[in-house]
Amino acid sequence: MWSNFVGEMTRAADEILKGFARFLPRILEMLVIVLVGWVIAILLRAIARSILKIARFDKLSEHTGATQLLRGAALPSLTELTSRFVFWIAWLGFILLGISVLGVAGFDEHVATFIEFLPRLVVSLFILFFGLLAASFFSRAVLLGAVNANLSSPRIISWAVRTMIILFVVSMAFEELSISSRTVVVAFGMTFGALMFGLALAFGLGGKDLARRYLEKRFGSEPAEEQHDHEDELSPL
Amino acid sequence: MPDESILSDEFIRELINVGEVDILVGVPTHNDARTVGQVVQAVRAGLLKYFPRARSVIINADGGSRDGTRDLVCAASINDTVGSNLPALRTLHSISTQYEGPPASGTALHTILAAADLLQAKACAVISPESTSLEPEWVERLLRPVIREGVDLVLPVYRRHKFDGMLIRNLVYPVTRAVYGCTVQEPYPSDYAFSSNLGSNFLNQDLWTQEQGRHGTELWLTLAAIIGRYRIYQSFLGTRGRLESPPSDLVKAMRETAGLLFCSMDCYPAAWKDSREPLPAPCGGCQPAVSLEPMRVNRKRLHQMFTFGISQLEPVFSSILSTPTHEELKRLATLPENEFELPEPLWARTVYEFAAAYHRAVIGRDHVVQALVPLFRGRALTFLTENREAKESEIESNIDKVCHAFEAEKPYLLQVWDGGK
Repeated sequence: MWSNFVGEMTRAADEILKGFARFLPRILEMLVIVLVGWVIAILLRAIARSILKIARFDKLSEHTGATQLLRGAALPSLTELTSRFVFWIAWLGFILLGISVLGVAGFDEHVATFIEFLPRLVVSLFILFFGLLAASFFSRAVLLGAVNANLSSPRIISWAVRTMIILFVVSMAFEELSISSRTVVVAFGMTFGALMFGLALAFGLGGKDLARRYLEKRFGSEPAEEQHDHEDELSPL
Repeated sequence: MPDESILSDEFIRELINVGEVDILVGVPTHNDARTVGQVVQAVRAGLLKYFPRARSVIINADGGSRDGTRDLVCAASINDTVGSNLPALRTLHSISTQYEGPPASGTALHTILAAADLLQAKACAVISPESTSLEPEWVERLLRPVIREGVDLVLPVYRRHKFDGMLIRNLVYPVTRAVYGCTVQEPYPSDYAFSSNLGSNFLNQDLWTQEQGRHGTELWLTLAAIIGRYRIYQSFLGTRGRLESPPSDLVKAMRETAGLLFCSMDCYPAAWKDSREPLPAPCGGCQPAVSLEPMRVNRKRLHQMFTFGISQLEPVFSSILSTPTHEELKRLATLPENEFELPEPLWARTVYEFAAAYHRAVIGRDHVVQALVPLFRGRALTFLTENREAKESEIESNIDKVCHAFEAEKPYLLQVWDGGK
């Protein structure tokens, strides 16, 4: 009985050793892939960083207001962030490739899903970036226009424009990623609708005289009452 | 080759009927029925009186007037021919054409230049339809230096109210003088004359599809003449009539002046970065050019809009201005109206920092120009306060003081142009 037990244990140990011996090259293969991937990812990061520096990407990011957002969140510059993103995407790809070499059942499907997801991730990041750019540009344009027209609360108007564009862009990005797309779109629709309704009410109640003057001037045959909006008799030119 | 694509077939046919001319006078119009008649009559009288032997043509380039401006131009011409006692040795033609596209002084000038090129006019004058105080002598004072003395560009000097043209006096004139080394008092003229040489050169420049080819083109012409080292002359014309409702759109004016100045500095750095000999622009018949009638000015509003702009545009200014300049402006915004003063050196540094920000495009370039508007209001307020009780000579010396500040700060411009804030 003892000899049987020892025989079984020896056979089991042999099987484990054989299995380990069969599996070891795959582990080594995976480690090599991960290591090589790490080196390649570092190289890609360096290349991305150089290209973005040459293209003055940080300047563009400053124009869009993305730098200010990142600074507020104690994050590095957009160049650094993008090059790190390139590094992690590349290395994660190699890690997944390495794991797939191990032959774990069902893992290949996850890798394929991840690779399919990548283009959508990149597109949604593009949408986000250019959306921020548009939000920054239009909110600044509104701010300057409102200040020069001496309107009250230009910052609030500018903030409202910025918020609306960002909401719109974020909903587009989420839709691209297929993450809670319906919820996000419905939430956006409600917010946008509420904002427009609020603005319509505000304009209707507060700006009815302005609207009347505009409509009279635009379509009426009789001239609207004389406007005395010249700040004085000065001619700048 | 002239750009004939801007001229309609009908207009070319009329020009061919006229044939070669010695003098072409262009009158750009758009809904100027109130004033254009008397202006065209004065132009005709000037041509008949002072250039009776010259082959002349008046070209009206209209931007699609709906108030009968073009009819008035033609009527004024006919009346003159019938009723004038002035002897004409040559036929004086008058042609009115409507250019394509939206009304823009640059497009009108483009049409006039193309017509002048086609007719091989030796001298060309452009007269604003708003020059209600135009005398026939103005035509002579503008055109004679071109015809007799070979001058390339004749710019006007007007007698104006001491508070008129503050953007010109506090920004355009000082910057042109300090940066390009040319003392032209009216770099953005409404009445001016130029030679065929300068006209052809300007016509062939690649600007007609850009913003400077539509608005502020007259300033761009002056800058092109200065940069190209053409012969420039200034003629004292007399009192410039004031419109009943002066243009109040300061943002538009800022785009047409500061925007174009910054753009030219950006396009032609070699013309001002290296030290060049100042370009002389002698003035013929110049007299004290300031009048002192009372004028209604809302100083409180200027002060309020300056302080409001400083407080609201903080994030915009922090991208454009250096910290010391920004801090100083913020300090000024805390002062009450009666103690407020935006001194010349600070104003010069501010404008130069804006020029550098425009060059480096730290934010959208049009936004840089728009952001200068509230700060200019601060400078305008200071100018008004300084010159409230001032006499003619004091005002001229105060304008000189602004120019000297810009000249003294020019090294600062070179420093901030390419470097950081």
